[in-house]
Amino acid sequence: MDFFLEVLTGGLLAGVMYSLVAIGFVLIYKASGVFNFAQGAMVLFAALTFVSLVERGVPFWGAFALTLAAMVALALLIERAVLRPLVNRSPITLFMATLGLSYVIEGAAQALWGAQVHGLDLGIADEPLELGGMLLSQFDLFAAGTAALLVALLSFLFNRTRLGLSLRAVADDALGALAVGIRLPRIWAVVWAVAGFVGLVAGLLWGARLGVQFSLSLVVLKALPVLIIGGFTSMTGAIVGGLIVGAGEKLAEVYLGPLVGGGIENWFPYALALLFLLVRPAGLFGERAIERV
Amino acid sequence: MTEISSPLLRLEGISLSFKGVKAISDISFDVARGRITALIGPNGAGKSSLLNVINGVYRPQAGRIVFDGEVRRRMDPHRAAVRGIARTFQNIALFKGMSVLDNVLTGRNLKRRSSWLEQALRIGRAPAEDDAQRRRAEEVIAFLHLQPWRHTLVSKLPYGLQKRVELARALAAEPKLLLLDEPMAGMNAEEKREMSRFVADVNREFGTTVVLIEHDIGVVMNLSDHVVVLDYGRKIGDGPPDEVRRNPEVIAAYLGTRH
Repeated sequence: MDFFLEVLTGGLLAGVMYSLVAIGFVLIYKASGVFNFAQGAMVLFAALTFVSLVERGVPFWGAFALTLAAMVALALLIERAVLRPLVNRSPITLFMATLGLSYVIEGAAQALWGAQVHGLDLGIADEPLELGGMLLSQFDLFAAGTAALLVALLSFLFNRTRLGLSLRAVADDALGALAVGIRLPRIWAVVWAVAGFVGLVAGLLWGARLGVQFSLSLVVLKALPVLIIGGFTSMTGAIVGGLIVGAGEKLAEVYLGPLVGGGIENWFPYALALLFLLVRPAGLFGERAIERV
Repeated sequence: MTEISSPLLRLEGISLSFKGVKAISDISFDVARGRITALIGPNGAGKSSLLNVINGVYRPQAGRIVFDGEVRRRMDPHRAAVRGIARTFQNIALFKGMSVLDNVLTGRNLKRRSSWLEQALRIGRAPAEDDAQRRRAEEVIAFLHLQPWRHTLVSKLPYGLQKRVELARALAAEPKLLLLDEPMAGMNAEEKREMSRFVADVNREFGTTVVLIEHDIGVVMNLSDHVVVLDYGRKIGDGPPDEVRRNPEVIAAYLGTRH
């Protein structure tokens, strides 16, 4: 039983890392109905910029602020150069645009900072910590705490301010939002900037774990099953989805793995996501699209 | 005095085309303060395009617009809303995933002055402002008899009520000019009577100037003080309802003979 709990907790904590990436997707999907393929590239861009600044002797918070400024500038640029010209186009067009965008951002990041692998030390030892009889990774606990803080901050921002209401309005009906005086370009810029901020946090944590390198942008692929399970339109969904994926893959590896010869951790989330697509296509917390026929 | 007697909206020689296709050519007319002006004409006459020009969705290639004594230069829907132009749409553009109250509250969005930080932390101007906005929204809801559905999701409401919620959202902004694009389309006679009454009430109670597009000629003649008739993007009639009704060109284009 203790072993089970330990595996479960370890999995849940690892899942938080997936949630962190998934939240960035949810933000943009909610505001524009687009699956932003470039989110992974933004994670890479943020992590690479941060680590390169630190290596050039900029102190932690200075590098954090500068990187954040860079992400906001990137968001403004994307709104102006990509989203505005494509206004009123179909979601698939926008999706293709973000696909292209991801290559541009990845390329720009590497042209700017080079393609070598960087180590990133956040000053948190990745050592196991004994807690209530369980061995837990100190780093995972830190990541989970950071994610919780981030989610609290975002829900504060979106549930209480005018921005939140505007965001929901834009997501529901862009034409109506324009008519009540909501500035679409500004909302898009804000959402992309916030997604950039989330990308920065995710980039730091993932970068510290895996090293800052090109493959960081592939964490997108881990976010996909999280989104399918939790639903594309819900922040809560992104968190619960992440926890399910994290716990699911660890438990499956430990308990089902031996039966099929192991190595199932990598594909189990996708199999689970497929199952969800069959049973509950909108995900656990996603909005079911209702259409009149 | 000039404030009162000058028209709220004046269109001068407005022309609009999409990639060479003329939608509106050289249209001029005045919208008097505190009156209801109806815009009528067959389908494709350019009525909706004209509303879109007035609230800044489309930019006309030629012409001048004077709103509230000021010549308009650059315009987009946001600026139009700030200057006091609210509207509804032919195919309801409500926020389907929100309650009636939240929809109406979005109409109050521009009236808020507190910063997002104050709002997030519920400090400073934010709490009092929240109460005030909610009170105003509730007043509009009461005025349009929508109280029973305050917390109902808009998507769950029947079509006629959705139309009324859209009117409520527009009204919540306390507009100077209210643009209604076919507010009674698809309604039965009873619903139409009700909606006409609401529009007339809004106009009388708040002195709101209304420009509406409507196909039901009976409704138009009863409700409006002034009628502008469009056909193929041109203006073919402009005057009080009775006069327009007798205009032979209007009868030919709209009421009777086919093109």
